[in-house]
Amino acid sequence: MDLLNHSILSALLIAPLIGALLVLLAPGERAVRWLALLSSLATLLLSLHLPFHFQNAARGMQFAQDVPWISALNIHYAVGVDGISLWLVVLTTVLSLVSVLTAWNSIRHNVKSFYFLLLLLQAGIIGVFISLDLFLFYVCWEITLVPMALMIGAWGGAQRSFAAVKFFVYTMAGSLLMLGSILWLRNLTGTFNVTAIRTELASGSVVLAPHTEVWLFLGFLVAFCIKTPIFPLHTWQPLAYTEAPLPAVIMLAGLMSKMGAYGLIRFDVTLFPNASHRLATLVVVLGLIGVVYGGLLAFVQTNLKRIIAYSSLSHMGLVVVGAFSLTTIGTQGAVFQMISHGVTTAGLFLLVGVLYARRGSLELRDFGGIASQMPVFAGLFVWLAMAAVGLPLLSGFIGEFLIFLGAFTAQHWFGIIAALGVILSAMYLLRMTRLTIWGEPNATAAGNAAISDVGTLEGWVLAGLAILTLWLGVGSPLFLKPTLLSAQALQPISAPAPATNTASPLAQLKRGVL
Amino acid sequence: MHVPADYYLRILPELVLTATAVLIMLIEGGARLGSRAALSGTVALIGTAAALASVAVQSAHRGEAFSGMFRVDGFSLFFHGLIIAATLIVLLLSIGYLRAQRLQRGEFYALLLFATVGMCLMAGSVELIMVFIGLEISSICSYALCGFWRASARSSEAALKYLLLGSFATAFFLYGIALTYGASGSTNLYVIARSLSDVLAGHGSLILVAAALMFVGLAFKVSAAPFQVWTPDVYEGAPVAVTAFMSAGPKAATFAVFLRIFYVALGRYSHTWFWMIWVAAILSMCLGNLGALRQTNMKRMLAYSSIAHAGYVLVAFAALGEHGISAAMFYLACYVAMNLGAFAVISNLAQQNERFIDLHDYAGLGFRFPLQSVCLTICMLSLIGIPLTGGFLGKLFIFKAAFQNHLVGLAIVGLLNSALAAYYYLRVIAFLYMRPATVEVSQPQRSLSMNVAMVACAVGVLWLGIAPNSLLNFVVHSAGALTGR
Repeated sequence: MDLLNHSILSALLIAPLIGALLVLLAPGERAVRWLALLSSLATLLLSLHLPFHFQNAARGMQFAQDVPWISALNIHYAVGVDGISLWLVVLTTVLSLVSVLTAWNSIRHNVKSFYFLLLLLQAGIIGVFISLDLFLFYVCWEITLVPMALMIGAWGGAQRSFAAVKFFVYTMAGSLLMLGSILWLRNLTGTFNVTAIRTELASGSVVLAPHTEVWLFLGFLVAFCIKTPIFPLHTWQPLAYTEAPLPAVIMLAGLMSKMGAYGLIRFDVTLFPNASHRLATLVVVLGLIGVVYGGLLAFVQTNLKRIIAYSSLSHMGLVVVGAFSLTTIGTQGAVFQMISHGVTTAGLFLLVGVLYARRGSLELRDFGGIASQMPVFAGLFVWLAMAAVGLPLLSGFIGEFLIFLGAFTAQHWFGIIAALGVILSAMYLLRMTRLTIWGEPNATAAGNAAISDVGTLEGWVLAGLAILTLWLGVGSPLFLKPTLLSAQALQPISAPAPATNTASPLAQLKRGVL
Repeated sequence: MHVPADYYLRILPELVLTATAVLIMLIEGGARLGSRAALSGTVALIGTAAALASVAVQSAHRGEAFSGMFRVDGFSLFFHGLIIAATLIVLLLSIGYLRAQRLQRGEFYALLLFATVGMCLMAGSVELIMVFIGLEISSICSYALCGFWRASARSSEAALKYLLLGSFATAFFLYGIALTYGASGSTNLYVIARSLSDVLAGHGSLILVAAALMFVGLAFKVSAAPFQVWTPDVYEGAPVAVTAFMSAGPKAATFAVFLRIFYVALGRYSHTWFWMIWVAAILSMCLGNLGALRQTNMKRMLAYSSIAHAGYVLVAFAALGEHGISAAMFYLACYVAMNLGAFAVISNLAQQNERFIDLHDYAGLGFRFPLQSVCLTICMLSLIGIPLTGGFLGKLFIFKAAFQNHLVGLAIVGLLNSALAAYYYLRVIAFLYMRPATVEVSQPQRSLSMNVAMVACAVGVLWLGIAPNSLLNFVVHSAGALTGR
């Protein structure tokens, strides 16, 4: 078991790569699909090892491994997970499986190349979440760009080429600023290892001048803001989300947006506590603008994919608010919200994919009153929409609630504006539900009369995600416990969190503090 | 006078290459035009491979040769290997290319090999006159190669342009040598370094002028701004195989000379010439990348891109010290691999009379010609600087050196330029995979040697990006030896 604990993360990184290689060598389309499925299933099973053997009471990184890679530059292959990344790794393997299943019917040409890229992307995303070496992190971070841009560009909608190039160049520009920061930091500390850098900075053996720290912080921040995305660097997002093929959009919205938010917590908050403290208000305000602005835009969209794209902007804004409330509870909420948003967004995109497969349209005016033809679909639609809105007992509620607690602790008005986001999300998601599946059958859309309900595969995948939202909502302590110590350890040294915030949120609830 | 056998072993690659080239000329001599081209090509390949192998012999006999004119150290070994490997790749792609263009002439191979001899001499010489001779041998061969496609007016125009401007630049270089001699009383780089450290500061201005003149001559050869104007026209006019050649070997060889003269001979005056390099680096990066943005001719685009890449190497150059030297060396290796890979694919797709050389011809080829497209994509990703390719690690190494020497501004300009450059390289990938075909492009020519060249470059690029340990350690070591550590 020790051996497995030691090498499980490398196995997680290599499994999709082996899958990709097998896919490349597979003879026919059928073999390609099955191999991709087996590979992603195997990776999912492997990743389940993590939560079962994660020590909730242990501090620091677990399942860690450190092997020298490029000796001339002192670069190591260093991996490990803590409470922040634990569930993100599992989310990656779950959503990759969902994505592989979605591609089963929706990708029809050049199947082999598509699955190859998809599995490559999966390995890259896992790498991002487990890297403890800044170089390795940057490698994985950038490498995810290539398969995603190709997937958007080669299998996407009408404007696919433009969307892919815009996505690529936008993200690349941010990444290069981050690379600048990484190199500068390497120059100051002499190492790429995140844990070592944090130790050096905390112990005072390396002291960053205040303005240096701010510039380094900003270099990372821009890259993460673009990826998440956070207002005002989000303009690539609606286009990419709309043009990308369904399996790619699940990876993009479900996982790659989490890479940005994860980076904010893992690098910006962890490595630059003083700068984080100084600039927290700025970042929170950007997040809040995203929350409100995204919500308002989602409310007036007429295209289903765009509604979900803007709702993502709004929900990811909340994550940023939670992370930069710089409280334990807010950070835990941010992590939880990332997981919840990954599951619900994937579900919502799958749902609109179902509609698109049947009607070839995503315009609201083409739908309405389809609940009578598609009862199962309607049920799942309402369920997942409610999970995204934050209905108690479902996943969205827990994350949002914890983020509000964190935001209120930091500044009252943070919490008040953030809460507006929930009202907005209820408004636009209910509007979407009303105009698509309820109401009078749409007279102009003749195609709706014969529209068929979800197929077996679609139904099971959607039901699985729906059950997952319920499990996340009801069994939240299971998911929150591993994050507690890591979230505590992240809090800026200069800003000790109030005593009440160090206890687990549920303990606080039980004690009636809140 | 007795010449030790070691001396000949130290220039073994040059000897092998010269012998092969002479042999080719003998083979061609009595034959009808072009009738023995295939044989000459094979001989050239074997000779170049032997020359590459003889670099190993050379490395076993480090030291000076011929009264200190020639020096075998890690630095010159690295460039010998790089230049000869580049020639090998160019030979592999020319064999198929010349057949497609109906340009099969044995002289092509002889010229290529003579040019390589010149470049190897440049890499190993520590004597300004020898450097100049090497530079001239390689330049004159390149002029002739540029105009090799005689039926094409563009090719002749390119040759003439290159000849006129090139001779002009060489004259500057020669003036620089003369002034250096005037200031130091020697043409041997190590003697110059010693005598300059003795003389009083009075010679400072003379040395500055000499450095500036040599800088002009060498900057022209590596197409660094503001002496880059010839590059797009010459690259576009020359046959693709020659463009590939010019963008790789001569650039590496000239940078070798550049580094050796400025670091060894003029190292003490780095504070005076530093600013020339700094300005040229910024100008080259910006002008190269801005110029490339709107090009649709692949050769022209890569011409501008090569200007930009010269700029990146100059950033490493400006980051004085062994970090800078090793970064420049490593980057040149990556650059040669990725650039030759791109040109190998272009020459493979070009067809007769270079019909398919425009970006728009590449639309929709991605899934039709997987081998070519994958190789081109890997090379483009490396040119962008995506991790796991040599281009990324090379850039990282350069910008790390720049940060280490507090050139934060230069590094930031370089990083932003990389983002800018991503656009036009990515456009090639976008055309390959994301656009429907607009032009009916016929099946690329089937040529084993071209496929070998493409795959070798693509694999090399990935190897440099994933497992560069041995090369990096070698480069760091030999850069340290050059600065006399």
